[in-house]
Amino acid sequence: MQKLPAWADVVLLPLINLALAFLVSGLVILYIGENPLQALKVMVNGAMGSTRGWGYTLFFATNFIFTGLAVAVAYHASLFNIGGEGQAALGGLGVALVCLAVDWPFWWMALPAAIIGGAVFGAAWAAIPAWLNARRGSHIVITTIMFNFIASALMVYLLVNILKAPGMAPESAGFPEGSHLPTAYDVLGLFGIPFNRFAPLNVAFLVALAACWGVWILIWRTRLGYEIRAFGKSEPAAVYAGISPVRIIMVTMLISGALAGLMGINAVMGEAERLTLDAVQGAGFVGIAVALMGRNHPVGVLLAAILFGALYQGGIELEFEIPAISREMILVIQALVILFTGALDGMVRTPLERVFASLRKGAA
Amino acid sequence: MTMMNTLLGAAAALAVTAGAALAEPGLIIDLGGKFDKSFNESAYTGAQRYISEKGGAYKETELQSEAQREQSMRRMAESGANPVITIGFMNISTLDKIAPDYPEVNFAIIDGVVDQPNVKSVVFEEHQGSFLVGVLAAMASKTGTVSFVGGMDVPLISKFACGYAQGVKAVNPEAQVIVNMIGTTPAAWNDPVKGAELTRAQIAQGSDVIYSAAGGSGVGVLQAAADEGVYSIGVDSNQNYLHPGSVLTSMLKRVDNAVFQIFEEGETDSFTPGIQVMGLANQGVDWALDEYNEELISAEMKATVEATKQKIIEGEIEVHDYSTDGACPAL
Repeated sequence: MQKLPAWADVVLLPLINLALAFLVSGLVILYIGENPLQALKVMVNGAMGSTRGWGYTLFFATNFIFTGLAVAVAYHASLFNIGGEGQAALGGLGVALVCLAVDWPFWWMALPAAIIGGAVFGAAWAAIPAWLNARRGSHIVITTIMFNFIASALMVYLLVNILKAPGMAPESAGFPEGSHLPTAYDVLGLFGIPFNRFAPLNVAFLVALAACWGVWILIWRTRLGYEIRAFGKSEPAAVYAGISPVRIIMVTMLISGALAGLMGINAVMGEAERLTLDAVQGAGFVGIAVALMGRNHPVGVLLAAILFGALYQGGIELEFEIPAISREMILVIQALVILFTGALDGMVRTPLERVFASLRKGAA
Repeated sequence: MTMMNTLLGAAAALAVTAGAALAEPGLIIDLGGKFDKSFNESAYTGAQRYISEKGGAYKETELQSEAQREQSMRRMAESGANPVITIGFMNISTLDKIAPDYPEVNFAIIDGVVDQPNVKSVVFEEHQGSFLVGVLAAMASKTGTVSFVGGMDVPLISKFACGYAQGVKAVNPEAQVIVNMIGTTPAAWNDPVKGAELTRAQIAQGSDVIYSAAGGSGVGVLQAAADEGVYSIGVDSNQNYLHPGSVLTSMLKRVDNAVFQIFEEGETDSFTPGIQVMGLANQGVDWALDEYNEELISAEMKATVEATKQKIIEGEIEVHDYSTDGACPAL
């Protein structure tokens, strides 16, 4: 009887968490002597008040959709993949290799190849922890997070020693013109809709939407998805039903890693157009918060990713517009949102469940 | 369709031009933060000095991550700031990419060369300044072993190391110079712990003067040297005050002067694109003498280093620049 109604779980609870996070952030801003309402206005305006703001918000959201879906898919099999950071970094490498290897004549030829490159590299990076978990019983949380560090060291080695373009900065050569993905400015321009020319939002956003749809089909409309969920709910029951744990762990983690790896087509191919260090910018970890907040459902992930995208873009604007709010301050605000929506979810859930239980009693 | 593009482009250009009329200069502080007591702080100090002397205001933003360079530069240019200053060689490829999109905005880059018609590139002759502090290091050393802790392993930092080693060997040809780099990525600019570790390792090998060219990591180098009771040499900003009695001197790289000058050019409408070299002759680099280190510098040391400085300016001593051929005769 303690269960929440679905609408409260999906809409009310995240909103309460968000409001709490903003309340605490507001107190922090008040403490340093700035006006919290003004700060909120700058953030909202900066993230959604112009096509430039939207261009960046949805660009960040695209990254978070991929990494959020990666966490969500693994979660359905009760696997907590926190290696999105490393898998996305390797995915970026795969995308970069595809873009650099061939002098692509058209972007629509380069994109499918880059999707395959990013997915294969991301999946390969997830395959090792998956195998260790499936065959050797190594805990997936430990192995995936350790693989983030290995990935980061590997990327440093490659960018400093092998892929580095002439010059002092550790970054690869720029990708050829043909692999330039059309941006929102190019695409919307075809329909005569004006959009900021330099915002990095690009067709990878559409790929992300397609990935959301694909994950929904996979989890709720296929036999494999059913097996993944069955395994996630109860391993002994799944085994009894003839589902191979090794197969499910491997396949789920490969899909999860591939989704994280796809982030590369947005961040590496769509924006930087060359491979740089730290191309992932923490999106792998934000993906965990996105999946938690989105209740591991593709639609929830999409909405949560847009929220976090807005938070990122708004934070950058805030730093720019109000100099007293430093970059460390922005980090605090973002961290508070993650803390309240992710880690402290139970803090609000239990009292809320009581409220609903007593309401029900009152009605009965 | 093309018409639409042109119109939009024209509108964007107009917006930028309109902004330029009431332009404030803009400064983008690089990773490491504006209070790194070194490179970034020097730029920040220059901007602050300009504002306090000439009045007015400027726009400033601090980078939060590597991937944010392009966004910050565009944001700064679109906000109407002019000229826009970026500091550090990490900005070269980004600036090269975006500068053509804002032909009405003047950009400046410090420590890098970008060949665009609206970009001024300021480079410093760090090898000359490093040569001077190398002379001081060799004269202050009792063990005959001195050392160098660099930040990120790039030609720019080897240029410091090479100038330093040449200065040391000019005084004492037998001297040993140990060179270590903190890392190969930009994180090396902000790792004082590793800086301190390397310093202690060098002291264990007999070094008693340590020159640090490592941005924010240098704080750890100077701290370790002070803890172990040996001399250190600061870099970029004047760091003598950090540990009086331990910091022998600082190799001044007057990023603040460069920022000040570019702000001034912006205001008086005399901005000139192209490469500007700042060396000993035009106070781009120098060594620091103030109340915190005057007891460490003997009259003889001061006379020698000033004479050396004059000889370098007059061309009598030629300091080899590592970045020209990637080799160092003194190491």
